[in-house]
Amino acid sequence: MSAVIHEHDHHHDDHHGPAKGLTRWLYTTNHKDIGSLYLWFAFTMFLIGGLFALVIRAELFIPGLQLVKPEFFNQMTTLHGLVMVFGAVMPAFTGLANWLIPMMIGAPDMALPRMNNWSFWILPVAFGMLLSSLFMDGGAPNFGWTFYAPLSTKFGPPSTDYFIFGVHLMGISSIMGAINVIVTVMNMRAPGMTYMKMPLFVWTWLITAFLLIMVMPVLAGAVTMMLTDRHFGTSFFDAAGGGDPVMFQHVFWFFGHPEVYIMILPSFGIASAIIPTFARKPLFGYASMVYATASIAGLSFIVWAHHMFTTGMPLAGELFFMICTMLIAVPTGVKVFNWVATMWQGSMTFEAPMLFAIAFVILFTIGGFSGIMLALAPADFQYHDTYFVVAHFHYVLFPGAIFGTIAAVYYWLPKWCGRMYSEKLAKIHFWWSIIAVNLTFFPMHFSGLAGMQRRVPDYAIQFADFNMLSSIGAFGLGIGQLFFFYILWKTIWGGKAPKATAQVWEGAEGLEWTLPSPAPYHSFTEPPVVK
Amino acid sequence: MSRTTTRPTNAQLAGKLSVAALLMFGFGFAMVPLYDVFCEALGINGKPTGRLAYAGEVDRSRTVTVQFLAMNDRSMDWQFQPLVKAVKVHPGEPTTVKFYAKNPRGMDMVGQAVPSVAPGEGALYLQKTECFCFNQQTLKAGESIEMPVRFHVDPALPEHIHTLTLSYTLYNVTDKAQVAAKVAAQ
Amino acid sequence: MSKQWYKSGAWLAAMLFSAGAGAETQFNMTPGVTDNAHRAYDLHMAAVWICGIIGAVVFGAMFYSIVKHRKSVHPKPAHFHENTLVEIVWTVIPVLILLGLAIPAVKTLVAMEDTRDADMTVMVTGSQWKWHYKYVDADGKDLSDIGFYSLLSTPRDTFENYGGKTTEKSETYLKEVDKPLVIPTGKKVRFLVTSEDVIHSWWVPAFAVKKDAVPGFINETWTKVNEAGVYRGVCAELCGKDHGFMPVVVKAVSPEEFQTWVADTRTAMAEAKKAAEADVDRVWAMDELMKKGEEVYLKNCSACHQATGAGMPPTFPALAGSKIATDKAQIPDHIGRVLKGKGAMPAFGAMLSDMEIAAVITYERNAFGNKTGDAVQPKDVKAAR
Repeated sequence: MSAVIHEHDHHHDDHHGPAKGLTRWLYTTNHKDIGSLYLWFAFTMFLIGGLFALVIRAELFIPGLQLVKPEFFNQMTTLHGLVMVFGAVMPAFTGLANWLIPMMIGAPDMALPRMNNWSFWILPVAFGMLLSSLFMDGGAPNFGWTFYAPLSTKFGPPSTDYFIFGVHLMGISSIMGAINVIVTVMNMRAPGMTYMKMPLFVWTWLITAFLLIMVMPVLAGAVTMMLTDRHFGTSFFDAAGGGDPVMFQHVFWFFGHPEVYIMILPSFGIASAIIPTFARKPLFGYASMVYATASIAGLSFIVWAHHMFTTGMPLAGELFFMICTMLIAVPTGVKVFNWVATMWQGSMTFEAPMLFAIAFVILFTIGGFSGIMLALAPADFQYHDTYFVVAHFHYVLFPGAIFGTIAAVYYWLPKWCGRMYSEKLAKIHFWWSIIAVNLTFFPMHFSGLAGMQRRVPDYAIQFADFNMLSSIGAFGLGIGQLFFFYILWKTIWGGKAPKATAQVWEGAEGLEWTLPSPAPYHSFTEPPVVK
Repeated sequence: MSRTTTRPTNAQLAGKLSVAALLMFGFGFAMVPLYDVFCEALGINGKPTGRLAYAGEVDRSRTVTVQFLAMNDRSMDWQFQPLVKAVKVHPGEPTTVKFYAKNPRGMDMVGQAVPSVAPGEGALYLQKTECFCFNQQTLKAGESIEMPVRFHVDPALPEHIHTLTLSYTLYNVTDKAQVAAKVAAQ
Repeated sequence: MSKQWYKSGAWLAAMLFSAGAGAETQFNMTPGVTDNAHRAYDLHMAAVWICGIIGAVVFGAMFYSIVKHRKSVHPKPAHFHENTLVEIVWTVIPVLILLGLAIPAVKTLVAMEDTRDADMTVMVTGSQWKWHYKYVDADGKDLSDIGFYSLLSTPRDTFENYGGKTTEKSETYLKEVDKPLVIPTGKKVRFLVTSEDVIHSWWVPAFAVKKDAVPGFINETWTKVNEAGVYRGVCAELCGKDHGFMPVVVKAVSPEEFQTWVADTRTAMAEAKKAAEADVDRVWAMDELMKKGEEVYLKNCSACHQATGAGMPPTFPALAGSKIATDKAQIPDHIGRVLKGKGAMPAFGAMLSDMEIAAVITYERNAFGNKTGDAVQPKDVKAAR
């Protein structure tokens, strides 16, 4: 292939819009279509995963077993985790990447459009397979989303094999998506768009994509070993044959910890786009933001065993992983300080995207604080596998990844569909969500500290108040997200929503805002020149 | 309008990244031997691996207590216990202790004992020169056996370790052994 | 026992918890009853305060900015976007703070991992879904004849409230066991933790001891309890269906009482053995077997096979109407299965006496609509061992 890209090759695309009907979506190679598919898929999974969470919260509303059997409860915790991580958060971010990265770097589309189509359409198959396990003999996987051996290998239900195959497919999908992002960012930038001029969302996604390529194959390796242990007589994780169950955790968390950052870095990019817009002031410390993101990603590879302090690691290992983990607070702190400094002396208004972005910064930081506490191995012996951990990772995931995505949707939706959402309804959505999210997850800090362990369908009387509050909050949170769907529906298809301008937001800067709203089906077929 | 660049083409770059992904898949498996190397080097999980014979001096100035424990995995119902609960040894001194096992069932069975040492760090210094855990043990219906373990404590054992606990978990590997035997017969 | 409550959260408690009448609500980590637990608690509180202060400063600056630098008050935004000095300062200060936190953390960790020179060793084995305690030695004396399983003693009826049933629950209904682990106060007790099936985690918050029980491996941990008392914990690692129902109860008593307990336990074991032998020699009446059998069944079997015998196929097969529990020719298989286990079915041979096994098999063959009329006698079980 020639190394010369002829932009005019793309011109023939200019004059026809999208195909009609179902085949448009099935065969589409357009980054905007695929972005929408990803986002709607993620939203559907978010509701399904949320439903599982509500089964959990309903059972935990009062002490005693009222609604579901313990084994079904375990299936719910497992599927809730898997669906939210692999079905909601990751596809939502990939959807945003598809929509935004080409428009932000002045590219006509993703670099590998056919692979893009594939990487999306694998996902419904993967999740169809995973969710179908609910209806199988023996039920769905019930060993937690971390699927520790030997509970998942020797003792897993028959549907474990569907789970394994599903994880393989999700992994392939994510890796293809990540390759596409990297190739797009490296090869398709408009003239003048140097790396250090790229919007931070592109930067954070580029780093995320590298993390994905590094760790998703390791996850695939872990489930493959599980498969051979289950059916082909190997003993990777079985002590009887010379294996070691703890090694499973090492392999899993080698994937799992970078995975945690995969689920947060794009949100960093989103906040770094939104806060300057509504502060009407350039982002503070752009370069340090890039370096901080890269160092967080780098550190994520040498901290995995902090999930395993109680497995009987030698002292030296505990010390190493404790210190490395604490170090992560430094670049993360830099990011938070930068956002505050961006707001400082700005001229702020508080539209929905800004509100969600500010909530993201505050609540993510609270999750960061509990993260520092969890890094302290001696204290972790008390926190580990309690609701304190549940509170911690929900604080970084719900207000982190989910609020980040919601902020992004409000922020870019007018650009995507050409219509302005109702600010009034969005503000109701925000205040409703912020109260509900704290009501749901804050009491979990207390129940965890007081000694309530994770993944149990019943608990001691002393935790009853905390759990009741969490359950009330969770149902509120769920209703709030149905309201979010209503707002989206009204904006996109309601017909009455006001038209959006090209600029949309007074302070918005970046290539995507130079396009008309809605962004045309084919944009930047002529690359813009970035000064 | 065209851009001339020395960048690799999309396909080349995608190919390189796919190779990187494949390598990482391989790395996932490479973690297994790597982990064993780390464990051996640092004594991470108390998995004793040493089988080195020792020909050096016996350090009579120190005494180390070595405790013995035996337990069954839940797949196993042999009677299995150490005949000596603990011994006091000098580092470098070869010692033999015996474990007792009896198959109470009306069928031949194969057992595999898996050793583990606490503290994990001590695993590096408990050298077994002869152990029933090196091989599978076949016991006929109702048969019993006394199985020797010959070991010595490496004089390099760190000063702060005064007690070593050697524990065996006995697994029932009858099914796996039969499959293996069938495969070998073919 | 000194209980400290999360003082700063008290107002929140007053505001939010009108329903929490009776018991005081615990908001914070327990300071525990061992030196290590105190140290973990102190480290935790130090971290809480440090995070709280940093949070107050950062969020304070942010809210100040939100109030003072909103468009209506501050229409002209500034345009600065970097300041090397500031950026260096807010990189270095967190490093120093973390260093301040890391030093006590390292010291505490070193102390906690020091398992040397224990006075006593107990082997703790997790299995689905109970703990087994085996005393190895104490003060150089062999105690290995003492060992027992420790199971949740609350009847399942108390917490299985399906179909709108309500039951009276005690404060500790999920943390009651039939036989607690008994250890002496003031002695360094080393625990060797392992498992015979999946990974469990043995956790007693008051000791700040949480150690994973990994099948095939032994992990070490230890405690030295300062105050006598009953300390309750749980299994902290997901281990299957009844993960939430395998509590840990440790009774710490004075060393003298511990000696008495050891003697009493040995006497009781000898008597139980004698009684069990006498049980074997006797021929039991059907109703005696059924009564005892139901008791044993509810305690040991109903978690999986259900009180109704319907099981949870395919993992936990039904007993109601099953071939092994109804076919006369399969009585030996039935006895063998209970004694020796198979797959997910644990072996009860070591856990239950001949009489208990005979009773429970009789019960299984004559309950849940199984009407075989078979009465299995303890001597049949003894012969099958």
